[in-house]
Amino acid sequence: MSAHPIEDHGLLRFLTCGSVDDGKSTLIGRLLFDTKTILADTLNAIEKTSQKRGMGAVDLSLLTDGLQAEREQGITIDVAYRYFSTGTRKYIIADAPGHEQYTRNMVTAASTANLAIILIDARKGVLTQTRRHSKLASLVGIPHLVVAINKMDLVDYSQDTYEKIKADYLEFAAKVGIDDIRFLPMSALNGDMIVDRGDSLNWYEGPTLLEILEAAPAAHTEHTEKFRFPVQYVCRPQDSANPELHDYRGFMGRVESGSIKVGDKVTVLPNGLESTVKAVQIGGVDIGEAGTEQSVTLLLADEIDTSRGDMIVKSSEVPPAVKEIAATVCWLAETPLDRARTYLIRHTTRDSKAKLTAIDHRLDVNTLEKVPAEKLSMNDIAQVRFKLAQPLFVDAYEDNRATGAFIVIDESNNNTVGAGMIR
Amino acid sequence: MTQRSTLSHLDWLEAEAIHIMREVAGQCANPVLLFSGGKDSICMLRIAEKAFRPGKFPFPLMHIDTGHNYKEVVEFRDKRAAELGERLIVRSVEDSMARGTVVLKHEGESRNKHQSVTLLEAIEEFGFDCCIGGARRDEEKARAKERIMSFRDEFGQWDPKNQRPELWNLYNARSHKGENIRAFPISNWTEMDVWQYIEREGLELPSIYFAHTRPVVIRQGAIVPVNVPLVSGELTNLPKAGEEIIDKLVRFRTVGDISCTAPVESDADDVAKIVVETATTTITERGATRLDDQTSEASMEQRKKEGYF
Ligand SMILES: Nc1nc2c(ncn2[C@@H]2O[C@H](COP(=O)(O)OP(=O)(O)O)[C@@H](O)[C@H]2O)c(=O)[nH]1
Ligand SMILES: [Mg+2]
Repeated sequence: MSAHPIEDHGLLRFLTCGSVDDGKSTLIGRLLFDTKTILADTLNAIEKTSQKRGMGAVDLSLLTDGLQAEREQGITIDVAYRYFSTGTRKYIIADAPGHEQYTRNMVTAASTANLAIILIDARKGVLTQTRRHSKLASLVGIPHLVVAINKMDLVDYSQDTYEKIKADYLEFAAKVGIDDIRFLPMSALNGDMIVDRGDSLNWYEGPTLLEILEAAPAAHTEHTEKFRFPVQYVCRPQDSANPELHDYRGFMGRVESGSIKVGDKVTVLPNGLESTVKAVQIGGVDIGEAGTEQSVTLLLADEIDTSRGDMIVKSSEVPPAVKEIAATVCWLAETPLDRARTYLIRHTTRDSKAKLTAIDHRLDVNTLEKVPAEKLSMNDIAQVRFKLAQPLFVDAYEDNRATGAFIVIDESNNNTVGAGMIR
Repeated sequence: MTQRSTLSHLDWLEAEAIHIMREVAGQCANPVLLFSGGKDSICMLRIAEKAFRPGKFPFPLMHIDTGHNYKEVVEFRDKRAAELGERLIVRSVEDSMARGTVVLKHEGESRNKHQSVTLLEAIEEFGFDCCIGGARRDEEKARAKERIMSFRDEFGQWDPKNQRPELWNLYNARSHKGENIRAFPISNWTEMDVWQYIEREGLELPSIYFAHTRPVVIRQGAIVPVNVPLVSGELTNLPKAGEEIIDKLVRFRTVGDISCTAPVESDADDVAKIVVETATTTITERGATRLDDQTSEASMEQRKKEGYF
């Protein structure tokens, strides 16, 4: 029994994005500080460093700027993960840097987030980078956007300024097709409208940032999704001492979407054989049914030869097998994509060799226009097509994040060089 | 639209950790799980049970023993491995010292950082391609950017600038011969999550995690345990001349090499009380209890580059 028998609203993953100096690190520091996540010794260390650098006030951004190299440069160079909890909900923050060359970091941070906070400096309004980050967030399929208009203290907490930026943003959002947006004014530095309301923004009647976070749905989607169960590992104990386990054959994986229960009719891909679910277990214990994101073991009524890379789906919802995919790809590696080379595509637990057949267009992340392209370099985003050596069982990314996403691996050094979304 | 049930945060973290362990099992030919007998690795064993039972674990357990570990923890380590019926490999820093691959600056130097050498030797001896560890991103700044599958080169080195991007839950644990992956299934857990999980699962822990009276001295403001019995019965951490020994009611928040883990004052003698204390403490786990990390703000990062966990 827990010492805190309070409601558990699960876990919410979000990311912060914005241009350099918009206040991302300060905002995260503020969230951690005001939710009492920062403990005294950490605060002492930050105070000391702030003084060493000749700063008057405590610089909360030092909390998130972790690595030696970036502390020296005073910038954030890679995605950092931070944690806090309100008692009812646990949060994982991905801090993605806003520099020009770091589109890949934002895509990385966004891939696991269900909400994005887009920061805008109230003095600067909607910038090219704001548009870029919003577009990226929508490409990666983040269902909820919060536009936080920061540094309100530097514009005398002016409601007019806030309303004007909000109108500008809405005009842009309508063009790009982003709909679920919340706006709020705040000062990360002073802590207004983050956890506490403060005294300076009384004209704003909406929720604080933390209230928005507390109320946001934790699940990625509220739609019913098809059951997708990529097999990670097959358990065959073959324990001769235990006759009960003699024929045990458990298919281990995570329910990527949908749900499953004993008695459901399922199809195992790629061989297409059908069976029914005999048991759903965790650690050998029957639980009867399982929902999205649960890691379980499935036992089937029939003996079907199944191994890692296969996928179990409901027989009424079998996805198509494809040998060519069209996808939005973000190139992550310093070495540009080489059209002559064969890459490895990892989709769910399945790998296939793949070759690029076409680049339909590249997205200019500044103008958001589609432009023709011959090659793909780091931080480029493009609509491309790949030819596959093995069939993959895919859904459109819009319909299913797990079976619509893939990574591209360069087998020469095993690096992850690309991220793809099937559409 | 249908009503979707949300997993509780512990269920979500557990499911993620199970998924990561199974990815290691599915992608790596010869992985190993590092088990020290400490609370994080105790959670990892429960996760491994949930991931792989009724089968055996698809990896052995391994402990890098500095020879300066708390007797209670070493005994617990052996007992737990035996209960689970899993193979436990122990490799010792003292053997590396005998081989001459670890040279202490002076007899009393902490052996904690030298574990890296012994670990790399063990990786080579067994040909492990992946080590599963219980490190958490909330422990320390340099860990906040650590990947869940972290790539190490042939020298076991971590290059923070050359890490594989990690997207969705598509983990890339591929490596060439001689290279190595470190996998961290509980990356996203905090100290609080660990204690709540221990409470929920009713996990047994070494006794020194709970309030007990032991002789200590106060050295530079820190509580330093003295006259600590090793497994051999020999006493270590003898007080320095002139130090006053006092009996204090303490518990450990983290256990490791005796020379660098300090207890905190506490009367929390069960897990529920520890959960409450963790919720109200004002000092971080490492700040309170690791005597080695405070020397330099960047010391963890430096050690990780050299092959430390
Ligand atoms: N006046 C004011 N300054 C802010 C506010 N938020 C951040 N800053 C300052 O803006 C600078 C950049 O902030 P930082 O958090 O490092 O931005 P990042 O690059 O987005 O992470 C720092 O000097 C902050 O103190 C705010 O709300 N008001
Ligand atoms: Mg920053």
